[in-house]
Amino acid sequence: MPGDTLLPPVIDEDGTPFWEYAARGELRIQACAAPGCGELRFPPRPCCPHCRSFDAEWRAMSGRGRIWSYVVPHPPLLDAYAAVAPYNAVLVELADAPRIRLAGHVVAAPDAPLDSVDPARLRIGAPVRIAFTEQAGLTVPRWLLRERA
Amino acid sequence: MAGTLKDATAIVGIGQTPFARRLPEPEKTLACRAVLDALADAGIDPSEVDAFASYTMEATDEVEIAKSIGAGDVTFFSKVGYGGGGSCATVAHLAAAVATGQANVGVAWRSRKRGSGPRPWTDTAVQLPTPAQWTRPFGLLRPADEIGILARRYMHEYGATRDHFFNVALACRNRANQNPAAVMHERPLTREMYMTARWISEPLCLFDNCLETDGALACVIVSAERARDCRSRPVYIHSAAQGLPAQHHGMVNYWTDDPLTGPAWTAARQLWKQADFGPHDVDVAQIYDAFTPLIPLSLEGYGFCARGEGAAFTEGGALETGGRLPLNTSGGGLSEAYVHGFNLITEGVKQLRGSSTAQVPGAATCLVTAGEGVPTSAILLRS
Ligand SMILES: [Zn+2]
Repeated sequence: MPGDTLLPPVIDEDGTPFWEYAARGELRIQACAAPGCGELRFPPRPCCPHCRSFDAEWRAMSGRGRIWSYVVPHPPLLDAYAAVAPYNAVLVELADAPRIRLAGHVVAAPDAPLDSVDPARLRIGAPVRIAFTEQAGLTVPRWLLRERA
Repeated sequence: MAGTLKDATAIVGIGQTPFARRLPEPEKTLACRAVLDALADAGIDPSEVDAFASYTMEATDEVEIAKSIGAGDVTFFSKVGYGGGGSCATVAHLAAAVATGQANVGVAWRSRKRGSGPRPWTDTAVQLPTPAQWTRPFGLLRPADEIGILARRYMHEYGATRDHFFNVALACRNRANQNPAAVMHERPLTREMYMTARWISEPLCLFDNCLETDGALACVIVSAERARDCRSRPVYIHSAAQGLPAQHHGMVNYWTDDPLTGPAWTAARQLWKQADFGPHDVDVAQIYDAFTPLIPLSLEGYGFCARGEGAAFTEGGALETGGRLPLNTSGGGLSEAYVHGFNLITEGVKQLRGSSTAQVPGAATCLVTAGEGVPTSAILLRS
């Protein structure tokens, strides 16, 4: 499987639900569940920085976003990444919550390798949509370029 | 007490080992050499040292230093986190300890074999805390990748170009060319070399990245009163600040409203609030330069120019000798040595003593900053 030796996320207790939803093909972001607040927060944490409530829920996102920025890493890199370098690493701002930005890779298809899209096709602001693939035994997000509406 | 740190303490001794890609001695030995060198510079017997401060990433702890150099009873010791963000805070913590009577003679130091030792990011067993699970698996493996993301966004928003980053790299290299202790002494940099260099993480090339160096440095802090009796000319700690902005996330500060205003902005507000002078009164600056884009971001954060104008500030030789703000006059992390920014502190002291290899005539004030992007720190020095 491509990417089998890429790094797995080291999941902490606060982040566990994100990865459980990802395994079901869902992008969900932690939100405050206190009445009258409801603020999204990322990365996940024990309590709400706005109202200090410990009540949380995981809110479904549309899976659409735009490239906020990106890099094209070259060696020296860990072996599994060097093997597909130069690849792209992007930061995607979510359409539903622009201040929440997810790191990932733009690929040609959900299971395609990290170098499957020519970096020249990437632009800040380019619209993308989420897809999911397996990486080191876990389901992780990937991003696909979508045509501008 | 109505306490103030302003000019209450001074740096009275600085010390360093040679800098090289590889030094044969262990980190602990290098640390002891730098500390003893700094104490000799101050004319203070090591048995008088009663305070220590360093970085959490420092491998040699204060117990090892104290017993090796023959320190007496130690009554204050602290370590500051977040890699290079802690550099100036080591001085700040000692200044606070000395100013409040918790100790009398403080030593701050950093010893590192980053040149011949392993690159921290290759250790996949030691994952960084929380943010790393959201970035490292997606190929943002190295600090260069993490800062590269901010650099490209900065270029996009403000029209900064690679030529602006080159201005930074060139100023540092030109100063290193004047400094016999610098790793890049006698190795000039040209625009063509820069523009054709290999990529590390586009948009950052080799010359946008700091060196990988073995070396150690230290400085000695005492009260202003004691400083008058020391061997070297005192350099006063005029103001000091740390900076951890609201909702900051560490090096991967990607989840605040505005990731391009980093910890420098927070540290700067506190730094200038306590100071008798402002950014335009700074004669020379030593700004943390692990990566060239940190300079325009820091120039904005510390108030040398407005938001978005940091890149343009570097134009017209502004960072060179005789420019608006001579920068990193030893060569900095880009071209003298990368020792987590401690060489920026000692170079600030040299400028205010009048002993730099790229001396700014009559320099009386110097800003020194720690790593931007990470929770940071900064000090203002004056002669
Ligand atoms: Zn809330």
